[in-house]
Amino acid sequence: MIDALSLDPTVVAVILAMAAVTYATKAGGFWLLGRVDLTERAEAGIDVLPGAVVVAFVAPALAEGGVPEWVAAVATVAVARKTGNLLVSLAVGVAVVLAVRNVL
Amino acid sequence: MAEGEPTTEHSDSDSVQSVDFTAAGVREGFVAGFPVAVGVAGYGVVFGVVARRAGLSVAEAGLMSATVLAGAAQLVAVELWADPIPVVAVVATTALVNLRYVLMGAALRPWLQQLTVPRAYTSVFFFADENWALSIGTLRSGSHNGAFLFGSGVVLWLLWIVSTVVGATAGDLVGDPATYGLDFVATALFLTLAAGFWEGKESLRPWVVAATAALAVHAVVPGEWYILAGALAGAATEVVTYDD
Repeated sequence: MIDALSLDPTVVAVILAMAAVTYATKAGGFWLLGRVDLTERAEAGIDVLPGAVVVAFVAPALAEGGVPEWVAAVATVAVARKTGNLLVSLAVGVAVVLAVRNVL
Repeated sequence: MAEGEPTTEHSDSDSVQSVDFTAAGVREGFVAGFPVAVGVAGYGVVFGVVARRAGLSVAEAGLMSATVLAGAAQLVAVELWADPIPVVAVVATTALVNLRYVLMGAALRPWLQQLTVPRAYTSVFFFADENWALSIGTLRSGSHNGAFLFGSGVVLWLLWIVSTVVGATAGDLVGDPATYGLDFVATALFLTLAAGFWEGKESLRPWVVAATAALAVHAVVPGEWYILAGALAGAATEVVTYDD
Protein backbone atom coordinates (compact mmCIF):
# COMPACT_ATOMS: atom_id res chain seq x y z
CA MET A 1 0.00 0.00 0.00
CA ILE A 2 1.38 3.39 -0.95
CA ASP A 3 1.52 6.16 1.57
CA ALA A 4 -1.48 8.49 1.14
CA LEU A 5 0.68 11.61 1.27
CA SER A 6 3.57 10.43 -0.88
CA LEU A 7 4.45 12.56 -3.91
CA ASP A 8 6.61 10.71 -6.40
CA PRO A 9 8.69 13.19 -8.45
CA THR A 10 7.97 11.37 -11.72
CA VAL A 11 4.23 11.25 -11.03
CA VAL A 12 4.23 14.95 -10.14
CA ALA A 13 6.08 15.76 -13.37
CA VAL A 14 3.54 13.81 -15.47
CA ILE A 15 0.65 15.53 -13.66
CA LEU A 16 2.16 18.95 -14.30
CA ALA A 17 2.64 18.09 -17.98
CA MET A 18 -1.04 17.08 -18.15
CA ALA A 19 -1.95 20.37 -16.47
CA ALA A 20 0.14 22.33 -18.99
CA VAL A 21 -1.47 20.76 -22.09
CA THR A 22 -4.93 21.12 -20.57
CA TYR A 23 -4.38 24.81 -19.86
CA ALA A 24 -3.02 25.23 -23.39
CA THR A 25 -6.31 23.93 -24.83
CA LYS A 26 -8.42 26.10 -22.52
CA ALA A 27 -6.46 29.29 -23.21
CA GLY A 28 -5.51 28.45 -26.80
CA GLY A 29 -8.87 29.01 -28.49
CA PHE A 30 -9.41 32.22 -26.56
CA TRP A 31 -5.93 33.48 -27.43
CA LEU A 32 -6.09 32.48 -31.09
CA LEU A 33 -9.39 34.22 -31.71
CA GLY A 34 -7.85 37.52 -30.66
CA ARG A 35 -5.10 37.14 -33.30
CA VAL A 36 -7.19 36.50 -36.40
CA ASP A 37 -9.80 38.64 -38.13
CA LEU A 38 -13.03 36.78 -38.64
CA THR A 39 -15.58 37.18 -41.38
CA GLU A 40 -19.26 37.47 -40.47
CA ARG A 41 -19.71 34.01 -41.88
CA ALA A 42 -17.08 32.55 -39.53
CA GLU A 43 -18.60 34.44 -36.61
CA ALA A 44 -21.98 32.94 -37.38
CA GLY A 45 -20.30 29.53 -37.09
CA ILE A 46 -18.74 30.40 -33.73
CA ASP A 47 -22.10 31.75 -32.64
CA VAL A 48 -23.74 28.34 -33.00
CA LEU A 49 -20.81 26.55 -31.29
CA PRO A 50 -22.18 26.50 -27.74
CA GLY A 51 -25.48 24.98 -28.90
CA ALA A 52 -23.64 22.53 -31.16
CA VAL A 53 -21.31 21.44 -28.32
CA VAL A 54 -24.27 20.90 -26.02
CA VAL A 55 -26.23 18.90 -28.62
CA ALA A 56 -23.18 16.82 -29.54
CA PHE A 57 -22.60 16.04 -25.87
CA VAL A 58 -26.21 15.08 -25.16
CA ALA A 59 -27.17 13.06 -28.26
CA PRO A 60 -25.02 9.95 -27.58
CA ALA A 61 -25.80 10.11 -23.83
CA LEU A 62 -29.51 9.92 -24.62
CA ALA A 63 -29.06 7.33 -27.36
CA GLU A 64 -27.22 5.10 -24.85
CA GLY A 65 -29.85 5.65 -22.18
CA GLY A 66 -33.16 3.88 -21.84
CA VAL A 67 -36.72 4.76 -20.95
CA PRO A 68 -35.81 6.39 -17.59
CA GLU A 69 -33.31 8.75 -19.26
CA TRP A 70 -35.71 9.60 -22.09
CA VAL A 71 -38.63 10.33 -19.77
CA ALA A 72 -36.35 12.38 -17.53
CA ALA A 73 -34.98 14.25 -20.57
CA VAL A 74 -38.47 15.27 -21.68
CA ALA A 75 -39.32 16.35 -18.13
CA THR A 76 -36.06 18.34 -17.83
CA VAL A 77 -36.60 20.22 -21.10
CA ALA A 78 -40.27 20.87 -20.27
CA VAL A 79 -39.40 22.31 -16.85
CA ALA A 80 -36.47 24.30 -18.30
CA ARG A 81 -38.71 25.89 -20.92
CA LYS A 82 -41.48 26.59 -18.43
CA THR A 83 -39.42 27.96 -15.53
CA GLY A 84 -36.04 28.84 -17.02
CA ASN A 85 -34.64 27.78 -13.64
CA LEU A 86 -31.53 25.59 -13.78
CA LEU A 87 -31.72 24.22 -10.26
CA VAL A 88 -35.39 23.26 -10.59
CA SER A 89 -34.91 21.51 -13.93
CA LEU A 90 -31.81 19.64 -12.64
CA ALA A 91 -33.73 18.50 -9.56
CA VAL A 92 -36.71 17.39 -11.63
CA GLY A 93 -34.45 15.55 -14.10
CA VAL A 94 -32.60 13.63 -11.38
CA ALA A 95 -35.82 12.89 -9.43
CA VAL A 96 -37.60 11.60 -12.54
CA VAL A 97 -34.68 9.41 -13.64
CA LEU A 98 -34.50 7.85 -10.15
CA ALA A 99 -38.27 7.37 -9.94
CA VAL A 100 -38.61 5.72 -13.34
CA ARG A 101 -35.58 3.46 -12.71
CA ASN A 102 -37.21 2.26 -9.49
CA VAL A 103 -40.54 1.60 -11.22
CA LEU A 104 -39.05 -0.36 -14.13
CA MET B 1 -31.93 47.86 -34.64
CA ALA B 2 -33.75 50.60 -36.63
CA GLU B 3 -34.00 50.08 -40.36
CA GLY B 4 -31.73 52.06 -42.64
CA GLU B 5 -29.34 52.92 -39.84
CA PRO B 6 -25.68 52.58 -40.83
CA THR B 7 -24.33 49.51 -39.09
CA THR B 8 -20.72 49.72 -40.24
CA GLU B 9 -19.35 51.39 -37.13
CA HIS B 10 -20.93 48.75 -34.94
CA SER B 11 -19.11 45.64 -36.04
CA ASP B 12 -20.44 42.26 -34.98
CA SER B 13 -17.64 41.38 -32.56
CA ASP B 14 -18.66 44.11 -30.14
CA SER B 15 -22.38 43.56 -30.49
CA VAL B 16 -22.34 41.74 -27.14
CA GLN B 17 -23.17 43.51 -23.90
CA SER B 18 -20.39 44.95 -21.77
CA VAL B 19 -19.26 42.93 -18.77
CA ASP B 20 -17.31 43.72 -15.62
CA PHE B 21 -15.47 41.73 -12.96
CA THR B 22 -16.54 42.37 -9.36
CA ALA B 23 -16.48 40.55 -6.03
CA ALA B 24 -20.28 40.42 -6.12
CA GLY B 25 -20.04 38.86 -9.58
CA VAL B 26 -17.64 36.18 -8.34
CA ARG B 27 -20.08 35.42 -5.49
CA GLU B 28 -23.01 35.19 -7.91
CA GLY B 29 -21.12 32.69 -10.08
CA PHE B 30 -20.05 30.72 -7.01
CA VAL B 31 -23.66 30.39 -5.76
CA ALA B 32 -25.12 29.60 -9.19
CA GLY B 33 -22.38 27.04 -9.82
CA PHE B 34 -22.86 25.21 -6.54
CA PRO B 35 -25.62 22.74 -7.55
CA VAL B 36 -23.70 21.86 -10.71
CA ALA B 37 -20.50 21.42 -8.71
CA VAL B 38 -22.28 18.99 -6.37
CA GLY B 39 -23.24 16.87 -9.37
CA VAL B 40 -19.66 16.97 -10.66
CA ALA B 41 -18.40 15.98 -7.20
CA GLY B 42 -20.12 12.61 -7.70
CA TYR B 43 -17.62 12.02 -10.48
CA GLY B 44 -14.80 13.42 -8.38
CA VAL B 45 -15.37 10.64 -5.87
CA VAL B 46 -15.30 8.09 -8.69
CA PHE B 47 -12.10 9.62 -10.05
CA GLY B 48 -10.50 9.44 -6.60
CA VAL B 49 -11.39 5.76 -6.24
CA VAL B 50 -10.10 4.91 -9.73
CA ALA B 51 -6.89 6.95 -9.29
CA ARG B 52 -6.11 5.25 -5.99
CA ARG B 53 -6.65 1.83 -7.57
CA ALA B 54 -4.37 2.82 -10.44
CA GLY B 55 -1.60 3.38 -7.89
CA LEU B 56 -1.69 7.13 -7.26
CA SER B 57 -1.47 8.35 -3.67
CA VAL B 58 -4.24 10.53 -2.21
CA ALA B 59 -1.94 13.54 -2.51
CA GLU B 60 -1.13 12.78 -6.16
CA ALA B 61 -4.80 12.31 -7.09
CA GLY B 62 -5.66 15.58 -5.32
CA LEU B 63 -2.80 17.38 -7.06
CA MET B 64 -4.05 16.15 -10.44
CA SER B 65 -7.56 17.42 -9.75
CA ALA B 66 -6.22 20.77 -8.53
CA THR B 67 -3.94 21.41 -11.50
CA VAL B 68 -5.57 19.64 -14.46
CA LEU B 69 -9.29 20.19 -13.73
CA ALA B 70 -10.66 18.18 -16.65
CA GLY B 71 -12.77 15.23 -15.53
CA ALA B 72 -12.88 13.09 -18.66
CA ALA B 73 -9.17 13.55 -19.40
CA GLN B 74 -8.20 12.66 -15.82
CA LEU B 75 -10.30 9.49 -15.87
CA VAL B 76 -8.80 8.41 -19.18
CA ALA B 77 -5.27 9.22 -17.96
CA VAL B 78 -5.52 7.09 -14.82
CA GLU B 79 -6.99 4.26 -16.90
CA LEU B 80 -3.73 4.38 -18.90
CA TRP B 81 -1.60 4.58 -15.76
CA ALA B 82 0.98 1.78 -15.34
CA ASP B 83 4.45 1.21 -13.93
CA PRO B 84 6.48 2.74 -15.55
CA ILE B 85 4.05 5.51 -16.52
CA PRO B 86 3.46 5.69 -20.31
CA VAL B 87 4.23 9.41 -20.28
CA VAL B 88 3.73 10.16 -23.96
CA ALA B 89 0.43 8.25 -24.15
CA VAL B 90 -0.91 9.92 -21.01
CA VAL B 91 0.00 13.46 -22.02
CA ALA B 92 -1.06 13.05 -25.68
CA THR B 93 -4.39 11.51 -24.71
CA THR B 94 -4.98 14.35 -22.26
CA ALA B 95 -4.47 16.85 -25.09
CA LEU B 96 -6.79 14.96 -27.44
CA VAL B 97 -9.58 14.51 -24.91
CA ASN B 98 -9.35 18.23 -24.12
CA LEU B 99 -9.24 19.45 -27.72
CA ARG B 100 -12.87 20.54 -27.48
CA TYR B 101 -11.73 23.19 -24.95
CA VAL B 102 -10.08 25.08 -27.83
CA LEU B 103 -13.52 25.64 -29.36
CA MET B 104 -15.15 26.31 -26.01
CA GLY B 105 -12.48 28.87 -25.10
CA ALA B 106 -12.98 30.57 -28.46
CA ALA B 107 -16.70 30.89 -27.74
CA LEU B 108 -15.91 32.82 -24.52
CA ARG B 109 -13.90 35.47 -26.35
CA PRO B 110 -16.61 38.15 -26.84
CA TRP B 111 -17.02 38.57 -23.08
CA LEU B 112 -13.65 37.60 -21.60
CA GLN B 113 -11.74 39.89 -23.97
CA GLN B 114 -13.27 42.82 -22.10
CA LEU B 115 -11.48 41.77 -18.90
CA THR B 116 -7.85 42.51 -18.04
CA VAL B 117 -5.38 39.94 -19.40
CA PRO B 118 -4.58 38.37 -15.97
CA ARG B 119 -8.29 38.04 -15.15
CA ALA B 120 -9.17 36.55 -18.54
CA TYR B 121 -6.32 34.03 -18.48
CA THR B 122 -7.02 33.12 -14.86
CA SER B 123 -10.72 32.64 -15.65
CA VAL B 124 -10.04 30.20 -18.50
CA PHE B 125 -8.09 27.91 -16.14
CA PHE B 126 -11.30 27.40 -14.17
CA PHE B 127 -13.56 26.25 -16.96
CA ALA B 128 -14.77 22.70 -17.38
CA ASP B 129 -17.72 21.44 -19.46
CA GLU B 130 -20.35 22.13 -16.85
CA ASN B 131 -19.51 25.65 -15.70
CA TRP B 132 -18.48 26.69 -19.22
CA ALA B 133 -21.99 25.82 -20.41
CA LEU B 134 -23.55 27.52 -17.42
CA SER B 135 -21.50 30.68 -18.01
CA ILE B 136 -22.17 30.85 -21.74
CA GLY B 137 -25.88 30.44 -21.00
CA THR B 138 -25.78 33.28 -18.46
CA LEU B 139 -23.76 35.64 -20.69
CA ARG B 140 -25.90 34.90 -23.73
CA SER B 141 -29.01 35.91 -21.84
CA GLY B 142 -27.51 39.36 -21.32
CA SER B 143 -25.73 39.16 -17.95
CA HIS B 144 -23.05 41.81 -17.34
CA ASN B 145 -21.20 39.53 -14.96
CA GLY B 146 -17.75 38.88 -16.45
CA ALA B 147 -16.73 37.11 -13.21
CA PHE B 148 -19.40 34.41 -13.54
CA LEU B 149 -17.04 31.92 -15.19
CA PHE B 150 -14.41 32.48 -12.50
CA GLY B 151 -16.89 32.22 -9.61
CA SER B 152 -18.64 29.12 -10.91
CA GLY B 153 -15.22 27.65 -11.74
CA VAL B 154 -13.83 28.16 -8.26
CA VAL B 155 -16.71 26.33 -6.58
CA LEU B 156 -16.40 23.51 -9.10
CA TRP B 157 -12.64 23.36 -8.56
CA LEU B 158 -12.96 23.25 -4.76
CA LEU B 159 -15.57 20.48 -4.78
CA TRP B 160 -13.63 18.59 -7.46
CA ILE B 161 -10.52 18.53 -5.24
CA VAL B 162 -12.43 17.68 -2.06
CA SER B 163 -14.41 14.89 -3.74
CA THR B 164 -11.24 13.46 -5.30
CA VAL B 165 -9.58 13.29 -1.88
CA VAL B 166 -12.72 11.73 -0.38
CA GLY B 167 -12.85 9.11 -3.14
CA ALA B 168 -9.15 8.33 -2.93
CA THR B 169 -9.35 8.02 0.87
CA ALA B 170 -12.60 6.09 1.13
CA GLY B 171 -11.77 3.82 -1.80
CA ASP B 172 -13.99 0.80 -2.01
CA LEU B 173 -16.58 2.10 0.43
CA VAL B 174 -18.20 4.30 -2.20
CA GLY B 175 -20.74 2.90 -4.61
CA ASP B 176 -21.85 3.88 -8.07
CA PRO B 177 -23.08 7.48 -8.60
CA ALA B 178 -25.97 6.02 -10.64
CA THR B 179 -27.50 4.87 -7.33
CA TYR B 180 -28.25 8.50 -6.53
CA GLY B 181 -29.17 9.57 -10.05
CA LEU B 182 -26.00 11.71 -10.14
CA ASP B 183 -25.02 10.16 -13.48
CA PHE B 184 -27.93 12.10 -15.01
CA VAL B 185 -26.86 15.53 -13.70
CA ALA B 186 -24.59 16.33 -16.66
CA THR B 187 -27.24 15.28 -19.21
CA ALA B 188 -29.94 17.27 -17.40
CA LEU B 189 -27.64 20.29 -17.27
CA PHE B 190 -26.88 20.16 -20.98
CA LEU B 191 -30.56 19.67 -21.86
CA THR B 192 -31.51 22.69 -19.78
CA LEU B 193 -28.86 24.73 -21.59
CA ALA B 194 -30.05 23.45 -24.96
CA ALA B 195 -33.55 24.67 -24.08
CA GLY B 196 -32.03 28.11 -23.46
CA PHE B 197 -29.81 28.14 -26.58
CA TRP B 198 -32.70 27.26 -28.88
CA GLU B 199 -33.28 30.18 -31.25
CA GLY B 200 -36.17 28.71 -33.18
CA LYS B 201 -36.03 27.32 -36.69
CA GLU B 202 -32.54 28.66 -37.44
CA SER B 203 -31.07 26.41 -34.74
CA LEU B 204 -32.62 23.31 -36.26
CA ARG B 205 -30.21 22.66 -39.13
CA PRO B 206 -26.89 23.05 -37.25
CA TRP B 207 -28.29 21.09 -34.29
CA VAL B 208 -29.52 18.17 -36.36
CA VAL B 209 -26.14 18.01 -38.10
CA ALA B 210 -24.29 18.26 -34.75
CA ALA B 211 -26.38 15.47 -33.20
CA THR B 212 -26.08 13.21 -36.25
CA ALA B 213 -22.32 13.67 -36.52
CA ALA B 214 -21.90 13.11 -32.77
CA LEU B 215 -23.92 9.87 -32.89
CA ALA B 216 -22.05 8.60 -35.95
CA VAL B 217 -18.59 9.34 -34.50
CA HIS B 218 -19.58 8.01 -31.08
CA ALA B 219 -20.62 4.72 -32.69
CA VAL B 220 -17.28 4.13 -34.44
CA VAL B 221 -14.55 6.12 -32.64
CA PRO B 222 -13.69 5.43 -28.99
CA GLY B 223 -13.19 8.30 -26.58
CA GLU B 224 -14.57 11.81 -26.54
CA TRP B 225 -14.05 12.69 -30.20
CA TYR B 226 -17.78 12.78 -30.87
CA ILE B 227 -18.16 16.08 -28.98
CA LEU B 228 -15.54 17.76 -31.15
CA ALA B 229 -16.86 16.17 -34.35
CA GLY B 230 -20.48 17.10 -33.63
CA ALA B 231 -19.65 20.66 -32.61
CA LEU B 232 -17.45 21.24 -35.66
CA ALA B 233 -20.03 19.71 -38.01
CA GLY B 234 -22.77 21.94 -36.58
CA ALA B 235 -20.63 25.08 -36.81
CA ALA B 236 -19.43 24.19 -40.33
CA THR B 237 -23.03 23.78 -41.44
CA GLU B 238 -23.79 27.27 -40.21
CA VAL B 239 -20.71 28.71 -41.94
CA VAL B 240 -21.61 27.05 -45.25
CA THR B 241 -25.30 27.97 -45.19
CA TYR B 242 -24.89 31.45 -43.73
CA ASP B 243 -26.48 34.08 -45.95
CA ASP B 244 -25.98 37.79 -45.49
